Amino acid sequence: MITFKDVSYSYTPGAYALQNISLIIGDGELVAVLGENGAGKTTLVKHINGLLKPQSGSVIVGDTDTKKSTVANLARRVGLVFQNPDHQLFAETVEKELSFAMVNFGMPPEEVTKRVNWALEEFELAKYKEKPPFLLSGGERKRLALASVLSYDPQTIILDEPTTGQDDRQKTRMANLFKQLNSDGKTIIVVTHDMEFVANFIPRVILISKGKVLAEGPTEEILTQKEYLERASLLPPQLVDLSWKLSLSKPSISFEKVTSEALRMLEESRR
Amino acid sequence: MAIIEVKGLSYSYPESAVPTLINVDLKVEQCEFVLMSGPSGCGKTTFCRCLNGLIPASYGGTFDGTVTVDGLSTTEHPVYEISQRVGLVFQNPENELFCTSVEREVAFGLENLALPRQEIRSRVEEALSLVGISQLKEKSPEELSGGEQQKVAIAALLAMKPKVLVLDEPTANLDPMSANSILKILVRLHRESGVTIVLVEHRLEMSAPYADRCVIFEEGRVVLNGSPQEVLYSEKANSLGIGIPQVVQVAKSLSARCGFEGRPLSSKALAEMILGAKG
Ligand SMILES: Nc1ncnc2c1ncn2[C@@H]1O[C@H](COP(=O)(O)OP(=O)(O)OP(=O)(O)O)[C@@H](O)[C@H]1O
Ligand SMILES: Nc1ncnc2c1ncn2[C@@H]1O[C@H](COP(=O)(O)OP(=O)(O)OP(=O)(O)O)[C@@H](O)[C@H]1O
Ligand SMILES: [Mg+2]
Ligand SMILES: [Mg+2]
Repeated sequence: MITFKDVSYSYTPGAYALQNISLIIGDGELVAVLGENGAGKTTLVKHINGLLKPQSGSVIVGDTDTKKSTVANLARRVGLVFQNPDHQLFAETVEKELSFAMVNFGMPPEEVTKRVNWALEEFELAKYKEKPPFLLSGGERKRLALASVLSYDPQTIILDEPTTGQDDRQKTRMANLFKQLNSDGKTIIVVTHDMEFVANFIPRVILISKGKVLAEGPTEEILTQKEYLERASLLPPQLVDLSWKLSLSKPSISFEKVTSEALRMLEESRR
Repeated sequence: MAIIEVKGLSYSYPESAVPTLINVDLKVEQCEFVLMSGPSGCGKTTFCRCLNGLIPASYGGTFDGTVTVDGLSTTEHPVYEISQRVGLVFQNPENELFCTSVEREVAFGLENLALPRQEIRSRVEEALSLVGISQLKEKSPEELSGGEQQKVAIAALLAMKPKVLVLDEPTANLDPMSANSILKILVRLHRESGVTIVLVEHRLEMSAPYADRCVIFEEGRVVLNGSPQEVLYSEKANSLGIGIPQVVQVAKSLSARCGFEGRPLSSKALAEMILGAKG
């Protein structure tokens, strides 16, 4: 379990990036963190792996108070994939990038090889094995950053904007992997602006705005509320927008539900 | 007249075994708004680098064919000359930001054009307020959030007022309302000032309704090139695994299930068609 107790943080005195955040993310949750640019999402998640320490309040990960631990200690359990992959990638080749953390954590060589090969396949990077990471495309670099964290198998996985640079097929693949890891018991936290991705794949949402928690709850419940969306500078997923424009009594993020309502309306009008 | 003309363009990066672009032919007319997409790694960013001459000038490699922008061949004119006509926002703008403040960052390109101070100041202010980041002007780019940095890169581009804007996933880190307002700025520049726009995106739902044309790459080749309707409703687009908007998918499902004939690109258009059918 991850607990934020009344956490505040500011980079510059007087301007809160996080203000009195209290929040619980349970073990084995798959949750999205949404909110406007500058809302404090990245600041929030950097508190979970101890990169930032609360200036007041506390962050408890499992039974560890992050203030009493180090990033190196937390990293084995909490993997963070940075918003900008270039902050993370540094090795000479894709393969070395993937094995770095595992070697560091002292995993046996056979295990490292097995996992590197898994990651190369899963993220479609096999053909770039020997290539320097900075010569990959934007989407490929993002996938490599993701792969290098997922391959060492941390219990909690935080992904800051994982879908940037990804086409739909990659996103679906990624989502299926998240679901599978989640059903194996991993806690997964996805920071994103990609409303369609959230609507399609992520069951719970935490809305952050201006350094505070604005709302949290099941995805459909949160994403169908105009007021919340507006306050966090979000726009509804297309299916919700369509539901509103058709004045459906129950706006939905489900393709099947919205489509069958539309079908019913069309058929009625033909009678 | 075509403002961008690409003929028989093939390109391989140095030491790369396979070509990244293969025999690309593409014309973009003045004032056109072209939306580009395609699977990750298909060559979109590489193509953008060709449009302002960064390829081959800074990257080397093997370059065949011609790229002509506003009458200038990119292999015969230096990058700084081309880039006054073609402004490029990179996919990962943070890596391009190096000044000590947002204001200086946006002014940087203008100073290089040797514009009068007053002109520079007013263009900087205008660009910052257009993008909605005036309050950040004294901050250092490294003290900004990911989306804020992206907005700085966009403001710096707009301040230069080039004839052609090339934007490589400019909204990837923007919240949906900011993404929408940037798109609205582009649409206005395109409609009111005749600026030519080439926009690379993976998420097509927001921009497709505004584009004149949609070009899809696959493994270094242009495989689809037509109106957004033609492209997004095609079988090929579906099989490529690019981001077909949900509205298009609903309309396609309605067409299969009850012979619905519209090809809407926005939820507004689809809703009007459905409600309109009620008469
Ligand atoms: N290193 C820093 N120094 C000073 N201020 C910072 C720094 N990093 C972030 N900030 C500020 O803190 C606030 C929260 O930033 P944060 O990066 O957490 O936002 P975010 O929600 O991740 O935004 P985005 O969606 O744009 O990535 C913003 O106002 C930002 O300008
Ligand atoms: N500087 C470089 N040197 C060598 N190969 C490169 C370089 N940049 C990109 N590539 C390779 O060229 C191919 C096309 O890359 P490009 O960046 O153009 O793709 P893209 O369509 O923009 O992808 P994405 O959607 O992921 O950003 C990829 O296979 C990539 O690995
Ligand atoms: Mg962020
Ligand atoms: Mg790219």
